[in-house]
Amino acid sequence: MPRDSISHTFVVAGALCVVCSVLVSAAAVGLRPKQEANKILDKRKNIVAVAELEDPNKTIDEIFSERIESKIIDLETGEFVDESVVDPTEYDQVEASKDPARSIDIPSREDIAGIGRREKYSFVYIVRGDDGSPEQYVLPVNGKGLWSTLYGFMSLDSDGKTIRGLTFYQHGETPGLGGEVDNPDWKAQWPGKKAFGPDGNVMIEVLKGKVVEADPKSQYQVDGLSGATITAKGVSQLVRFWLGENGFGPFLDKHLHGNAG
Amino acid sequence: MADKPKDVLFNPIFNNNPIALQVLGICSALAVTTKLSTSVVMALAVTFTMVCSNAAVSLIRKQIPGSIRIIVQMTIIASLVILVDQTLKAFAYDISKQMSVFVGLIITNCIVMGRAEAFAMKNSVGMSMLDGLGNAMGYNVILIGVGFFRELFGSGTLFGITVLPLVKNGGWYQANGLMLLSPSAFFIIGIFIWLIRAWKPAQVEQEN
Repeated sequence: MPRDSISHTFVVAGALCVVCSVLVSAAAVGLRPKQEANKILDKRKNIVAVAELEDPNKTIDEIFSERIESKIIDLETGEFVDESVVDPTEYDQVEASKDPARSIDIPSREDIAGIGRREKYSFVYIVRGDDGSPEQYVLPVNGKGLWSTLYGFMSLDSDGKTIRGLTFYQHGETPGLGGEVDNPDWKAQWPGKKAFGPDGNVMIEVLKGKVVEADPKSQYQVDGLSGATITAKGVSQLVRFWLGENGFGPFLDKHLHGNAG
Repeated sequence: MADKPKDVLFNPIFNNNPIALQVLGICSALAVTTKLSTSVVMALAVTFTMVCSNAAVSLIRKQIPGSIRIIVQMTIIASLVILVDQTLKAFAYDISKQMSVFVGLIITNCIVMGRAEAFAMKNSVGMSMLDGLGNAMGYNVILIGVGFFRELFGSGTLFGITVLPLVKNGGWYQANGLMLLSPSAFFIIGIFIWLIRAWKPAQVEQEN
């Protein structure tokens, strides 16, 4: 068969396709369990980090299984959802937020986080103390920054008002500017800040510039990121969104704010 | 064309550097070089892809019909890049997350396909692998060099270890924010090209 004949061309193209597809699918299938495990570990690492439970003597999985309970809630009613409705081991929240059947449209007037749609069900990770009582609630949050959607976790104290930490595990903000949301010094400001004012309104915000310590409002405020006004504003808005009526508001009202008085 | 194995391997590093002389493949050199660790992983990924794609193309070069040769090369390269991407996601998850789409974009790196078409289609498997390795080295030298300067002057660190303590962390070095943005890679590559051409004036292009 001459090299440039039509039949030879088809044979070469066909053989190449078979060889390459076998290679690619073998790699994809063979490595998938490891990749999935990496994803879960990465998520757990971030939850453990935002709740400040890291312990050099224990693996992330040990800490996670000892201290943290994964629950699913219905964001609209704020009630826990039974495992028969949504299975926490299978539920992919980020995917659900893009699926019209499993998410709701947020009217643009209320959509301060710029996310467009919000999933109906969300994870809540309950961190338990040594005596088994809930100490912290870790809530998944996301919202638009300058270039990208930021995905992260916020930890609230069991009083439902005090922030215990905020961390982002995925974003595409400018390194050195908006990317400073990952800076440990900046993140260290969040623990201890109050999310809600005395009348129950969401008060927490990221300022443009520095917080003035003497100002009574400083307990609700976090320093801005210099050179990253839009990212800082995005973080501010996404935190306010997820603490508000369209986010975890109903859940917090029902389960936390009542018993803390 | 250089015929001695030694020339095939070493010429692309300085004499015929794919980035500095041919100015190919600079897109990825801008994107992944804000840190040394991502630069090094990118360098390894490109080396693997180039050696294997050159070997595979050379192995079947007598069978490839001229009419579909570019598509054949593309398919081989794309398959290899997917292999690299999947492997990184399984074994170096954190780094692969930082590099996001840029591993996949090795497919569009002009150097890989340029060498498959210009060299591997005409030479033996062994020589093609050397050529792939040599050109990957030429690319790596620039990539790691750019990564070195960008991380050092942009973040004051190397491989994440503090070298120049930053003002904001109580040190003395004011980080150069430009180094963290893509245009700085253009400046550094430009300086590299200038230095290499000052050292080897034969590379300077003749004016018309």
